[in-house]
Amino acid sequence: MSLQVDDLTLYYQTLHGDVKALEGATFSVADGEIMGLAGESGCGKSTLANGLILLKPPMRFVHGSVRLDDEELPVWDTDRMDAFRFRRISIVPQYAMNALNPTRKIGKMTVELLRSRKVDVRSTLPELERRLDLVGLSHEVLGMYPIELSGGMKQRMVMVLSTLLDPSLLMADEITSALDVSTQKAVARMLVEFRDRRFVKSLMVITHDLSILNQIADSILIMYAGRLAEKGSTDRIINAPRHPYTRLLIASLPKVGVRHRQTRLTGIPGSPPFLLHPPVGCRFRERCPAALPECGEEPPFVEIEKGHYVACWRESGTDAEA
Amino acid sequence: MLKLDEVSKVYKVGTFGGRALRAVQDVSFDVQDGEVVSLIGESGSGKSTIGKMILRLISTSSGVISFDGVDVSSLRGGARKEYYRKVQGVFQDPFSSFNPIFKADRVFRIVGQQFFPETAARKWDEKVESSLHAVGLNPEHVLDKFPHQLSGGQLQRFLIARALLLDIRFLVADEIISMLDASTRIDVLNLLADLKARGLSVLFITHDLSLGYYISERAVILYQGSVVEMGSTERIYDNPLHPYTRMLMASVPRLDKKWEQVESELRTRRNELSTGCVYYSRCGMAGKDGGCRTEKPALIEVESGHFVACGCCDQECP
Repeated sequence: MSLQVDDLTLYYQTLHGDVKALEGATFSVADGEIMGLAGESGCGKSTLANGLILLKPPMRFVHGSVRLDDEELPVWDTDRMDAFRFRRISIVPQYAMNALNPTRKIGKMTVELLRSRKVDVRSTLPELERRLDLVGLSHEVLGMYPIELSGGMKQRMVMVLSTLLDPSLLMADEITSALDVSTQKAVARMLVEFRDRRFVKSLMVITHDLSILNQIADSILIMYAGRLAEKGSTDRIINAPRHPYTRLLIASLPKVGVRHRQTRLTGIPGSPPFLLHPPVGCRFRERCPAALPECGEEPPFVEIEKGHYVACWRESGTDAEA
Repeated sequence: MLKLDEVSKVYKVGTFGGRALRAVQDVSFDVQDGEVVSLIGESGSGKSTIGKMILRLISTSSGVISFDGVDVSSLRGGARKEYYRKVQGVFQDPFSSFNPIFKADRVFRIVGQQFFPETAARKWDEKVESSLHAVGLNPEHVLDKFPHQLSGGQLQRFLIARALLLDIRFLVADEIISMLDASTRIDVLNLLADLKARGLSVLFITHDLSLGYYISERAVILYQGSVVEMGSTERIYDNPLHPYTRMLMASVPRLDKKWEQVESELRTRRNELSTGCVYYSRCGMAGKDGGCRTEKPALIEVESGHFVACGCCDQECP
């Protein structure tokens, strides 16, 4: 088991009180697994990723535990996490284009980065060059400033840097969102290749775009308003979702071959709750067409079939209708 | 109704404007009444430039954009204002379309002052409310609020409502749903479909092919400022012919199919379709248009005992 997260709860401190951005997250990512993490903006998916690697104010650790390769990850302690960051757990941030220092040549920035992590630069250089070849970047980029690279090139450069020390877990936060479809495909496939070549042991791909996850992910975790809603294999989530939110979300996505005149898709009425004072019970209850009286209580995140977890009262009782 | 005829846009780039960048090259297409046309292309394909030229936010370098037969670049003063009464645009980022210092409904007031100064305040408020209802917003929930208090979907619908206050007939929708959440974007898309049913024409600029398919009758595929393929949406999606369009179709992430599946389908279809030379798509011969696209070259003997199935290489080999 590469990553095991138990009951992780993270709040944001504000003047008006705590924003309950992530509550009771319990899940695991297996060795070699590419897990997609999807949900609308504000559902807590980036909070989860940032909380695992750089937990800093206003984000506040409330409780929970994180284990990486059977070792406790001290996510609440920024200093102790230094030993893990970049070596064991790494991230490709949302705006990779802005992740590179514009005033440094890329090679110089890389050297500084490696030195700050006490990594021997000379012995790492051949591997860096080999990986640049692999993603189709010429070695000349090391002598260039970030501004001289296109968006897709910067994205690949950051991916190479983030995975240079073969971390156990790589988190990719919305890395395909700002790219063109053809570049998107290349970057997504590169993630799979990095996993196949064992540069990273497992991957968490955070995106709002389920169709990208359908292409590359082994499993998908759906979040809603700071809670986990459903986790299962990609096939089950896309083709046989059980949580009402997942069902409505997937039904609302336009697909090639669907015309509005033949099939009129519908969105989900309403909007997610404010997490400063989230409603008690199921957080999707207000927008849910299938809400029950029990939904006033928080539904547990239970396994309904092997590897398929759902937080919904309709599913957690007897096997309800699909 | 709206017609583009050989429209080009050249930007001056470089420190002293010494180099020319052709953002749009000889683009021609038209949009009929009550029609939604998708303008599809990747970043840098010139799709937004075309939208801005239609809205007269930037000038054309050559070519003519005409609306109801009138060249829009010739409009001055009152006529220009009349043009904006009929043609409006909505853009990608709803948050930067509003001035954050003022309440969001200020955009309605400005339209009222500029275009309908004779309408009484009470009557105008009613008109605003009915326009908000038309875009599926509850006036009580959204009026008298600042932009940051509203969601992206609400703001985007606000801007469409603003356009509806004028008697618009043509809407330039530039990536209007790419910044919205999945659960709300379809509502904005359905809204466009409803407006279309009321006779409005829409130029739907997007990079997302599945959205283009959902909403539009016709699609125009742009690459580096030039139209590479256009026609009925169904035909283009079912049978993409230009290599660029094929590449786009094969790259779109889909929920129903994996990339590998789409790629192999396109490959088989290409083999089925081609009546010409099997090597045509990869052939580097200069004279390869010599009929071998449609006609399969026969096996001919070029020298004693040496046969080749190519119509060009017996004439002149590179």
